[in-house]
Amino acid sequence: MMNKKIYLLLLVFSISILTKAQQTPAAAQSKSVLIMNATAHLGNGKVIENSAIGFVDGKINLVADATLIRLAKDAYDITIDAGGKHIYPGFIAPNSTLGLVEIDAVKSSDDEGEIGEMKPHIRSIIAYTADSKVIETVRPNGILMAQITPREGRISGTSSIVQLDAWNWKDALIKENDGIHLNFPATFKRSGSWFEPGGIEANKDYSKQIAELASFLADAKAYLGASSKERNLVLEATKGLFDGSQTLFINANDEKQITDAVQFSKENGIKKMVIVGGYEAYKVGELLQKNNVGVFLRRVHEMPENDDDDIDLPYKAAKLLTDKGVVVGLENSGSHERMNTRNLPFLAGTCAAYGLDKEEALKLITSNTAKLLGIDAQCGTLEQGKDATLFISEGDALDMRTNKLTNAFIQGRMISLETHQTKLNDRYKKKYNQK
Amino acid sequence: MKKTLLLLIFSFLLPKIYAQEYFPNNEGVPNKNTNFTAFTNAKIYVSPTQVIEKGTLIVQNGKVIATGTNIEIPKNCTTVNLEGKSIYPSFIDMYSSFGIEKPKRNTERNPLYDTKRTGFYWNESIRSEVNAYENFTYDEKKAEELLKAGFGVVGSHVPNGIARGTGTLIALNNFDKSSQLLSDKITNHFAFTKSPTTNQAYPSSLMGMMALLRQMYFDLDWYKKGNATNKDLSLEALSNNEKLIQIFASEDKLNSLRASKIAKEFGLNYVLKGNGNEFERIQEIKKTNAKFIIPIDFPAAYDVSDPNQADQMELKDLRFWNQAPTNLKILSDNGIVFALTTDKLKKIEDFRTNLLKAIKYGFDKTKALEALTTIPAAILGKSNEIGTLKTGSLANFVITSGEIFDEKTTLYENWVQGNKFVVNDMTTKDIRGNYDLTIDNEKFKWKIDGEIAAPKSEITTTDSKKIKSKLTMSNNWLSTVVKPNDTLKTNFTRLIGYVENTQDLSGKAVLFNGSEVKWTATKTAPFVKTADSTKVEKNNRLMPITFPNVAYGNLEKPQAQTLLFKNATVWTNEKEGILEETDVLIKNGKIAFIGKNISDASATIIDAKGKHLTSGIIDEHSHIAISNGVNEGGHNSSAEVTIQDVVNSEDINIYRDLAGGVTISHLLHGSANPIGGRSAIVKWKWGASAEEMLYKDQPGFIKFALGENVKQANWGITNPTRFPQTRMGVEQVFTDYFQRAKEYDLAWKKYNSSGKKGKEKAPRVDLELQTLAEILNKERFITCHSYVQSEILMLMNVADKFNFKVNTFTHILEGYKVADKMKEHGVGASTFSDWWAYKFEVNDAIPFNGPIMHNAGIVVAYNSDDAEMSRRLNQEAAKAVKYGNISEEDAWKFVTLNPAKLLHIDNKVGSIKVGKDADVVLWNNNPLSIYAKAEKTLIEGVVYYDSKKDEENRIAIAKERNELIGQLLQEKNKGMTTQQPKKTEKVAYHCDTMEE
Repeated sequence: MMNKKIYLLLLVFSISILTKAQQTPAAAQSKSVLIMNATAHLGNGKVIENSAIGFVDGKINLVADATLIRLAKDAYDITIDAGGKHIYPGFIAPNSTLGLVEIDAVKSSDDEGEIGEMKPHIRSIIAYTADSKVIETVRPNGILMAQITPREGRISGTSSIVQLDAWNWKDALIKENDGIHLNFPATFKRSGSWFEPGGIEANKDYSKQIAELASFLADAKAYLGASSKERNLVLEATKGLFDGSQTLFINANDEKQITDAVQFSKENGIKKMVIVGGYEAYKVGELLQKNNVGVFLRRVHEMPENDDDDIDLPYKAAKLLTDKGVVVGLENSGSHERMNTRNLPFLAGTCAAYGLDKEEALKLITSNTAKLLGIDAQCGTLEQGKDATLFISEGDALDMRTNKLTNAFIQGRMISLETHQTKLNDRYKKKYNQK
Repeated sequence: MKKTLLLLIFSFLLPKIYAQEYFPNNEGVPNKNTNFTAFTNAKIYVSPTQVIEKGTLIVQNGKVIATGTNIEIPKNCTTVNLEGKSIYPSFIDMYSSFGIEKPKRNTERNPLYDTKRTGFYWNESIRSEVNAYENFTYDEKKAEELLKAGFGVVGSHVPNGIARGTGTLIALNNFDKSSQLLSDKITNHFAFTKSPTTNQAYPSSLMGMMALLRQMYFDLDWYKKGNATNKDLSLEALSNNEKLIQIFASEDKLNSLRASKIAKEFGLNYVLKGNGNEFERIQEIKKTNAKFIIPIDFPAAYDVSDPNQADQMELKDLRFWNQAPTNLKILSDNGIVFALTTDKLKKIEDFRTNLLKAIKYGFDKTKALEALTTIPAAILGKSNEIGTLKTGSLANFVITSGEIFDEKTTLYENWVQGNKFVVNDMTTKDIRGNYDLTIDNEKFKWKIDGEIAAPKSEITTTDSKKIKSKLTMSNNWLSTVVKPNDTLKTNFTRLIGYVENTQDLSGKAVLFNGSEVKWTATKTAPFVKTADSTKVEKNNRLMPITFPNVAYGNLEKPQAQTLLFKNATVWTNEKEGILEETDVLIKNGKIAFIGKNISDASATIIDAKGKHLTSGIIDEHSHIAISNGVNEGGHNSSAEVTIQDVVNSEDINIYRDLAGGVTISHLLHGSANPIGGRSAIVKWKWGASAEEMLYKDQPGFIKFALGENVKQANWGITNPTRFPQTRMGVEQVFTDYFQRAKEYDLAWKKYNSSGKKGKEKAPRVDLELQTLAEILNKERFITCHSYVQSEILMLMNVADKFNFKVNTFTHILEGYKVADKMKEHGVGASTFSDWWAYKFEVNDAIPFNGPIMHNAGIVVAYNSDDAEMSRRLNQEAAKAVKYGNISEEDAWKFVTLNPAKLLHIDNKVGSIKVGKDADVVLWNNNPLSIYAKAEKTLIEGVVYYDSKKDEENRIAIAKERNELIGQLLQEKNKGMTTQQPKKTEKVAYHCDTMEE
């Protein structure tokens, strides 16, 4: 009785949440825009102190030093003077579940993990809620793109990459079905039962579980190689892994797992792979570099796994890997991950505090991520011909004191930086006559 | 082999069976043995310190009649000549569950809130009415294992629950049932372990167990005074058993300190049963003045041959393996009185191995013997009966081939109450020597060496070929199994023969084809004991013990220094604001001087040019460094519990917090129930004990909670039975409890003012209501977990009705909606900078919350509620600048001065002001910047974190790990038993963490 009531209540509320007015997506760019005099952080390591950045029809067509160029007065429809401010390519959140869950604790709002083990056919994009209230709160901090990723199981499914200002998932797409996500077998696991939990011991089934995966991929290859057949939707979904059109994102954290994952991909004909997590990736930097395997480093703002680890290990891991020539991006999965997406810039900032050059740190959430996601031809830097997905910040966008956006553009469209949170802020400031 | 042994035992057993004289006998004619037995020419340890060389021991009727040198041996006496052998009093293990069935776990998943028992205490983990002797079945097999290890007497109890009832004392007399029970009730047992047989929810945490014990003792006192109208057999049993030895199984160094704290509060005297890690906090352990029972289940070496697996092991576990064998020596060196126990050992036979190891690591042999005999006897008050061989004692002794703690010594017999149990037959003839062996006319050489009871055989042919063989001696029957060998003419498989004399051996040989022939062997040379051939194994190099004994621990507890910070940017948090190029002198733990060009000859100068000096960060809402449970969610109110009981001084997160510039944390109970537990304000003095970390004379706080957590909205319970399940019910919980607290307070006030002198009976002490009464009397402050505006108003409303103020709302994510009302009430706010969307009730949480409340004149703090965020609170404060345009100076106060104000400790901490505690942090950058790192963190003038020293620590950790792994690899190479590496579980507590 009670339960039903709660359920009904939740249902009513969740519907009301989802139907509450969201920010209206901006219309396609109709007027060309020129941003003058900002310090431009291109995302590829370069900085232009006094920049001129112009874009037309959603694409950047000018990246220059303002002091060195001359432009006709009417070359652009709109000119924004951003003197003293900073301009950045839009930040990208890989391995994200934005739009898949609205409220962590409300099960009815949760679409992040399908049941089952081997599910490459499960596609996150169709569950992506483009008008999630959480999504609009990450944009004002500069996060303008994300890889929407399904969770759970051995192979959790297929992700897609979106921009974060759209009416629906179709409009949001940057790249559909970009990759397949694999949770590599764990080397350690808990023993005991629910009422008498034991310690954490070496996973005895580790090799067996890897073998199961290998045989799954062997089946897939055999299936895909045959000419006429009964269709198998599960195996068919892995096609892109073998022809290089999709990336295999392998969640693996310890040294052994990562080493095995690299070997596993090679042996099974995987064309492109990326390590996700990579807590101990710094121990096998050479191996990763040699095999051209990049890493989406797990949440930087995390405790070291072991008491003995350097207390700042998660903070400096990006530096350690970068020094070994590995392409590193940052991901933010974990508790409260969706709302925490807005702190992605500060993860990069922390990496800069712990050894990386600031512009290198910026790459962790821009060009490097775009590279690992395979969208670097289109996004990730301020370069001619790329999407005009960028923003202006009052100061250093990796530092919370100065990460204050004045304008943001996605594919040339100036998007709203309002959120239901800013609305509440305005409303209550008014209530108390605060400025 | 086994069969013969059994037969052997049986043959000794048969003629000895007798019973008490008033017992009926339907088995035959009574055959009571009242003869004396004399053991002569033995080295007799009457006690560990009283030794008689070539002495005589006379026993009769299970007791010692006499010991000495010139003793007349009575006529009706059997004499046993023990020339060259020794007699020791047999061992006592006063802590075991011998003969008790393991309690069966209740696997019901849904929790039980109120007990269904009648006539007993309300909590099913209080089982003081249980008597071990009533649950006891003598376990002959287990007894044999103990007898073989030299034990004669054991204490036993039912290991179930927090109060476990009485223990019994048992003689390991496998021959006479009627004499086994030495004492029905001798000990009374307690532990920090919830009963596995109940699914009652309370207590779900260690602090709950401690509170329950306290309440139990108060209730006992009240019950004894005849106040109760009901019958409570648990309390009656407690009362009846007060005079017994009270044993508390604390099973951990910190828990020993905790049990000892309860003992002190109630004037009790617990004998503490430890777990072998006492050496890690030996000074504090010593201060308990308690006697201990110590197990010696040293961890087996870890198999670190796979480096990937070895990497997952933590230094503290590797180090514990290295140091554990020194525990007994360290305890003994510190004058701590302790008995030894076999508890926790996987195999009883490991007892001797481990004890010898402890001795190798410096534990004194006499002390070892005392810990097994006189000390447990004395603790049990049984010195006249057990533990020595003084006249009148039980005839409980062992006969050995030599010094009992010598590796080479054989234990022959273990006598219990005058009954002989044979461990190794000492009548076995010594057949060792060199022989000429002839089998069916074929000649061999036969060398027999090894131990008398376990001789080794080496057979060689005349052309020096070795033939594999294995020799056993049993009952003076020699038996040799031989591996068949094709090259021999006479291919035999077994030799057997009865040994009459040790010069000439003979018997029959069974040939490969099954036929039998005679064999003879003639001694050609006597056995010569070769000089100890086994190498004396060197002890592993011991790793130094640190405070705490984990990675990054201090070799010595750090001391206060006089320090002069020169030319720093000083964030005073006072009206002076942020001072550039300023000096700060730290002396005697205080901030002594702030100004320009200060000098102090005694000070160490720290160049702080370009750096920032601030007061330490105060985390107003933290759950780190808490042992075994942050929530006592077993009741809807748990005001009786306190986090101060369970501060865990060994948690690495303390050090990590310091590295993030945190000097003080407010450790809060979780939010599983409307009325949570009392909090602890702690200073992170890394290396100090938990008691030393507690903020001195701290104001009392308690955690309350509202909303989804307390109404169990996200617990996944299908059929909730705990009230409340709605916010409506939450209000009633508060109203009801405060009403009762008010009445409780009145009753006590009345009693204290007049009743005490009159004849009025004292009201019952109720720790829960007492705590709530403190709130009503404005002696305790509430920090309340809260989210939505309705419930925030509700609690202030309840407080107004009962005429007190809510001190702090924590989380308070909708505080901005009712900031005016909060200001009016005078409540402070401790919130997250930007959390939201994790539950339904935080849907309207906004990152502008802190700034709006701040601008409305409320004292606002930013807290972590998260171990990791705690070390980046400076970044969180900066979010007030980002989202709310708060000035940097004010934003910094969100994590320093403001929490100090909320905690009512701003008179001593929270700003850089002359006279305040020197709790300061030196940063390499503006502390609000994401690029800021703490370089030094001081508390009361002591440097507890130094980034330079941290670098050194890292190198030292790597070096020590490497050495320990080397030791472990060697251990494996030596063929010692090893165990698989294990990973330490990390439980990071949040408000809603229900696990322990």
